[in-house]
Amino acid sequence: MSDIAIRVENLSKRYEIGRAGTRHDTLRDALAGLFRREGRGRSEAFWALRDVSFEVKRGEVVGIIGRNGAGKSTLLKVLSQITEPTGGRAEIHGRVGSLLEVGTGFHPELTGRENIYLNGAILGMRREEIARKFDEIVAFSEIEKFLDTPVKRYSSGMYVRLAFAVAAHLEPEILLVDEVLAVGDAAFQKKALGKMGSVVEEGRTVLFVSHNMAAIRSLTSRALCIRRGEVAIDATSGVAIEQYLYEFQTSTAGAITSIDYYRRELMQDTPIKTKDIQILGNSNEEIAVISMGEPFEIRLWLHATQPIDGANLTITLRNSRDERVATIFSWDYGVEISVSPGDHTVIAKICDLSLPPGAYYVDVGINQDTQTRAYDVISGFPLCRVVSENEIHYWPDRPWGAVHVSNVIWRINARNTP
Amino acid sequence: MRAEQSGVPTIENGAPLSAANAAPLPTLVIEPARGRFSLQLDRLWAYRELLYFLVWRDVKVRYKQTALGVAWIVLQPLLTTLIFTVLFGMLLEVPSGDVPYPVFALTGLVPWQYFAGALTRTSASLVGNAHLITKVYFPRLIIPLTGVLSGLVDFAIGFVLKAVMLNIYRIQPTPAVLLLHAFLLLAMATALGFGLWLAALNVRYRDIGYLVPFFIQIWLYATPVAYGSTLIPEQYRWLLGLNPMTGVVEGFRWALLGQAPPGRLFALSVAITTVVLLTGLVYFRRTERTFADVV
Repeated sequence: MSDIAIRVENLSKRYEIGRAGTRHDTLRDALAGLFRREGRGRSEAFWALRDVSFEVKRGEVVGIIGRNGAGKSTLLKVLSQITEPTGGRAEIHGRVGSLLEVGTGFHPELTGRENIYLNGAILGMRREEIARKFDEIVAFSEIEKFLDTPVKRYSSGMYVRLAFAVAAHLEPEILLVDEVLAVGDAAFQKKALGKMGSVVEEGRTVLFVSHNMAAIRSLTSRALCIRRGEVAIDATSGVAIEQYLYEFQTSTAGAITSIDYYRRELMQDTPIKTKDIQILGNSNEEIAVISMGEPFEIRLWLHATQPIDGANLTITLRNSRDERVATIFSWDYGVEISVSPGDHTVIAKICDLSLPPGAYYVDVGINQDTQTRAYDVISGFPLCRVVSENEIHYWPDRPWGAVHVSNVIWRINARNTP
Repeated sequence: MRAEQSGVPTIENGAPLSAANAAPLPTLVIEPARGRFSLQLDRLWAYRELLYFLVWRDVKVRYKQTALGVAWIVLQPLLTTLIFTVLFGMLLEVPSGDVPYPVFALTGLVPWQYFAGALTRTSASLVGNAHLITKVYFPRLIIPLTGVLSGLVDFAIGFVLKAVMLNIYRIQPTPAVLLLHAFLLLAMATALGFGLWLAALNVRYRDIGYLVPFFIQIWLYATPVAYGSTLIPEQYRWLLGLNPMTGVVEGFRWALLGQAPPGRLFALSVAITTVVLLTGLVYFRRTERTFADVV
């Protein structure tokens, strides 16, 4: 028997914009539509997927990355049989389960207990299977006390925990997952990620869509980058992510992902938070790519709602393997953040740091002291890409270390020279 | 899209083997639909537990959300019977045969209200469950089926009410009571047939949602619920036969009250329901693959 779990061949999906996509939500729209009928012939076709081909081996965990609207979710929807392809074919060998959302079919009037059964059945679990895993699901969700309370009275955190707990106990041979880890608070995300990690270790086949590059990097070995409905990159996760981020950063539409996506542990009514992070080049304009060895400036936009006095600003640079390359504490340089309410910028010029080529991410934290929680933490924000001046020497898998040694004095002598 | 068992030679008649390594993996082939039509009853059967849970959810939620709960199910036919009795029985003096008018009206109302409820729920079902359709795969037929089945609980309660009423008026059901389930089945099939059409059309044309209540109201007057078909002149009575619900209501009155059997027109009712149900199934199956894109 072959060891292929998923085989996708020239899969395409076309949407008709302006015809099938038109919603007749009201009687008036529909009546107006009747009179516009002759104009409808020129509906535009939009290819959400175009000739997508790839294979996934049994036990392989493949990440799917790409911008919003690139076609990642359409791919999962076609593979989950929610929508039908326009062309091509896909073969899936094994029981498949898909998780495109957590809490699908949850009903607010029903209790937690009732929703576990309902949601489990909707995800494709058998009744006895749900009954068997029931205690495990409840334990994972940490909502024991509220099991018989209608979920409409749950906090959003409880709701998400319960929903994820049911989903996490789905055990098909092949799992299709869409961005479901981006829910809940930081602690729960960590737990969810851990659960996903154990799914991966069990040797199940997983297709995993995410915008969270750290998750893709830690869970998957290979990643497909989808660009305008086509597979643009099919490589090891590290390479695919680097290449994807490079494109993401250098294109103007790159800023669609909000910084809030990377925000962690935000206090309620925090007095100060980071609004944006930019890289400034020599001519003081925003850039996304810097040359290896060149000095660069990091500009932070801060918004304070209360006066801040003597806070510390931490900037941590990470490389694409999620290693901390450098951590900069403003206190070390005798700099304290003391600002009045309003918007402020902080510029840190990095004069003496030579980063090897690759994609870089930044964590930014603002804290008042070392005991209490930080005011605001941004983590894993895509910062920039460093390229070496001699691109001719660049190759994707080249094992650069964590730091670049800019100045090496070599001596090469012949052996027999005295 | 279709599912097929992979052709591993070691398996006979597709029975799964228990050994983990040798277990045949089901192979799912996803491709654009070809012309051939299939009801996919096997898939429907595989998803029967989901159907059960969705019916259970519908019933549970319906009783949880209302303050009066189950009392509603009893009050609704009772109040309507009261209004009908005053309006048609006393003021207009509509003939009700050899039984008191309230029993006559209630006997017709219980199957009618089941039908009206089932049709309303079914035609709104796809749009109402859009969040499921766009996020999970299952045979879409389950959704309208849920609408038809979840009404049976209300029907059962209404039926008990009717039995109590018959007892009060000391009316003995005829032996034809054994055929009641056939009339109920006709009501279900009619609701499902029209419901399939309306549900699928409603995905694309939301006006259906506004038309259905109006449509059902007219249908009530075209069905001998408040009156008997004997009120209609002989030569026009076949028109009533075009309405399958005539057969259902008359069948109930025949079985429970011993009134005239539905007669030849019943065959017409069954034929019409069969045609609507079959075309509804075909139309539904043909359009269901675009539901997720359009809804």
